[in-house]
Amino acid sequence: MMLIDTLAQGLLLGGLYALFAAGLSLVFGIMRLVNLAHGDLIILGAYLILTITTATGLHPFVAVLLAAPLMFGLGWLLQTHLLNRVLGADILPPLLVTFGLSVVIQNGLLSAFTADSQKLTAGAIEAQSVDLGVVTLGVMPLLTFASAVAVIFLLNQLFYRTALGRAFRATSDDQTTAQLMGIRPQNIFAIATGTALVVATIAALYLGTRANFDPSIGPARLLYAFEAVIIGGLGSLWGTLAGGIVIGMAQAVGASINPEWQILSGHIAFVIVLLIRPRGLFPRAND
Amino acid sequence: MILSRPLGLAVAFAALAVLYALPTIAPRAVVQDLFGILTLLVLAMNWNLLAGFAGLVSVGQQAFVGIGAYAMFAAIILMGLDPLVGVLIGGVAAVTFAVPMAFFAFRLNGAYFAIGTWVVADIARLAISQWKALGGGTGTSLPKGTAKEMAFVEQIKEMLDISSAAAADALTYWLMLTLAVAMLVASYIFLRSRMGLGLQAIRDNENAARSVGVDPVRLKALVFLLTAFGTGLCGALAFIQITRVTPDAAFSVIDWTAFVIFITVIGGIGTLPGPIVGVAVFYLLQRLLADYGTIYLIVLGCLGIAVMLFARRGLWGLFTDRTGIDLLPLAHRPPRHAAIQPKASSRAA
Amino acid sequence: MSDLLTIAGLTAHYGDFQALFDVDLTLAEGETIAIIGANGAGKTTLMRAITGVAKVTAGSVTLAGDTITRLPAPDILLRGIAMVPEGRRLFPSLTVEENLLIGAHARTGNGYWTLDRVQALFPILKDRRLSPGTALSGGQQQMVAIGRALMSNPRVLLCDELSLGLAPVVIKEIYAAFPQIKASGTSIIVVEQDIGQAMRVADHVHCMMEGRITLSGRPADLSRDAIHDAYFGVSHA
Repeated sequence: MMLIDTLAQGLLLGGLYALFAAGLSLVFGIMRLVNLAHGDLIILGAYLILTITTATGLHPFVAVLLAAPLMFGLGWLLQTHLLNRVLGADILPPLLVTFGLSVVIQNGLLSAFTADSQKLTAGAIEAQSVDLGVVTLGVMPLLTFASAVAVIFLLNQLFYRTALGRAFRATSDDQTTAQLMGIRPQNIFAIATGTALVVATIAALYLGTRANFDPSIGPARLLYAFEAVIIGGLGSLWGTLAGGIVIGMAQAVGASINPEWQILSGHIAFVIVLLIRPRGLFPRAND
Repeated sequence: MILSRPLGLAVAFAALAVLYALPTIAPRAVVQDLFGILTLLVLAMNWNLLAGFAGLVSVGQQAFVGIGAYAMFAAIILMGLDPLVGVLIGGVAAVTFAVPMAFFAFRLNGAYFAIGTWVVADIARLAISQWKALGGGTGTSLPKGTAKEMAFVEQIKEMLDISSAAAADALTYWLMLTLAVAMLVASYIFLRSRMGLGLQAIRDNENAARSVGVDPVRLKALVFLLTAFGTGLCGALAFIQITRVTPDAAFSVIDWTAFVIFITVIGGIGTLPGPIVGVAVFYLLQRLLADYGTIYLIVLGCLGIAVMLFARRGLWGLFTDRTGIDLLPLAHRPPRHAAIQPKASSRAA
Repeated sequence: MSDLLTIAGLTAHYGDFQALFDVDLTLAEGETIAIIGANGAGKTTLMRAITGVAKVTAGSVTLAGDTITRLPAPDILLRGIAMVPEGRRLFPSLTVEENLLIGAHARTGNGYWTLDRVQALFPILKDRRLSPGTALSGGQQQMVAIGRALMSNPRVLLCDELSLGLAPVVIKEIYAAFPQIKASGTSIIVVEQDIGQAMRVADHVHCMMEGRITLSGRPADLSRDAIHDAYFGVSHA
């Protein structure tokens, strides 16, 4: 049935958006930082994977394992030397700094790689699909969705079952008292941003294999990611998955009516959810 | 030290006189260049008022530029009106859109407000792309000769003995210059008024401001609507010169918001002369690095980052801190009432 | 007993406002001292100055011979000074047990206090281990806060206003745990507005007023009048 097919596509697309959004959700949950360069960092990840595959001939799925630690290091450096210096009560400096970063990354990529469209090739798997009887699903979209669920599951484990996760939550609650426990917030933030970029790299893998990319498409991904985070509700990673699915499905339904309405449908779903539930679907109790 | 008022005003008037006289003394290219600069200046002053003074960091002002431009095109192409009337309609259309936009966006705070305005602007862009009468996704152009047929162009042509095209340039230039001056004067008066004081109170501590009777929502909404109007007028006027409108161009985040944000931040956010300084720097950089495309934007981005790291009040803020000169002081003098004299019988503390 | 913590000429400011004036204080190894005084006397400022939260403008803080003045708060904890902050300040996103565990996040100290022993000290900590930290009553939260500080096996335990907002019977229950804490070898500084409790638990008492120490001595040696005068700053003459 057409509708089930559309909804299934939307669900899987939601997985990709959830991957875009998970890193953002993590960082915002811990340090209230809105990184306007997040979308461009995902694209940067895609170009990094591309560079590795071109240089070594490795398959993107292997290249991502090399790219991930590099992106972690980049996130760590970015937070330590740039973002930690502007975090504070005033929201303007972090917004403006990350905005500047966004412009710098986009144009840096443009200089280095030109505006030509690129794509990561995963080989035959890109065309394969799985027939579930009532609908047929592409293998890559399925993998993307499964990865999104896995990433969010692992992040939750990190948050709620490890000492580092305890430190994340404590620092997010009360920075001053966390310091009295011997925790250094600057380090915590750096690890968080590094982790967020690792997730962004995974998102980049699936983005790059799914469709063409070029230096300018970052900001649009940022918007989808934010819509997913805000719909899901602050501080809830599973909420972010739900948010991604809402956007994905709205876009799929809109596109099935008229391809030009895809992005608009996502935006409208965002506006509607926020008008009904200003704090999102699963907001944190204390904020 | 506040620059003595008479001297300051004299200098300002002299500068203004030169600027107004420009179409009579300078070549067309200069007038066109300055038009572009003034466009960015007006946009920056509006954004500065919104983000720097009202604390509403919007990344969606391009919505008003686009709506202003499209409303103007609709007025000319679909309703056969004069472009100048179209500009006015552009401003009105922008304010009208600002009302539901505010209704939605004001439910969000801080960074979420920023993203919310960006989303709404994108909605406007996507919706207008569906407007087939104005070219849909590929846009449309002004009919040939529209600018030359604007009101007053004939008179200017006679007065200055120049071509119609040059006269049209002069007219739009004068209008944009007037808009910039009006914007500056209006901002100054507003910020020094009681409403401006209330705005500053909100910026410092919203709850405390409420407790003394300031209504933050009303004030912020007022600023939001006023700047929407100003931005809409500016966008409509700008596109008379650009002559061709497409959704992507009219709603461009880079052209109408990113540049504007950088100009304001580098010049000095939350100060009145800031946007003026910022536009000057911007223009200078553009001339210096025009041939280097992306490098120019990278430099701009790095400058913006550097300002936020090292000089939050921008270049103008640095200048004021170093020299103590404040050209457009915004400090408020307390109201003049007769001091109530204590009764002679009360004991000294 | 050797001096463990030495504070000499400590001066602290909040912006232009001077909160501590040239404060001298020593804590001997194994000792418990109490600092009493009215609101605004500077007691909490003194605690914050030691732990690196408030700004020290002059003077020094020395721990076992090492100067620790102006070290950032995390480093102070690593050196072995743990604080039970005023108002408890438990982490809302953490359960009771997690609040305890976070106390040992940076330093376990390899000492007497383990999770089991802390839970044995205050049994409620085991009963309600999975509740969110802030779902407990004030007194229970205070127990969590103390336990959290003990988890790092500190050499010096700072307790800021334990009795604030608590009923007398609850205060008694909390202070009943002190003998065991002392027995584990911890040196303690107690900041209190409850003078009676302070006198009962401390070897030495210091009274503060307006940022200065106005009276010091052993509880047995201090008369009620002397304390009254020092506390309120009035002359009893």
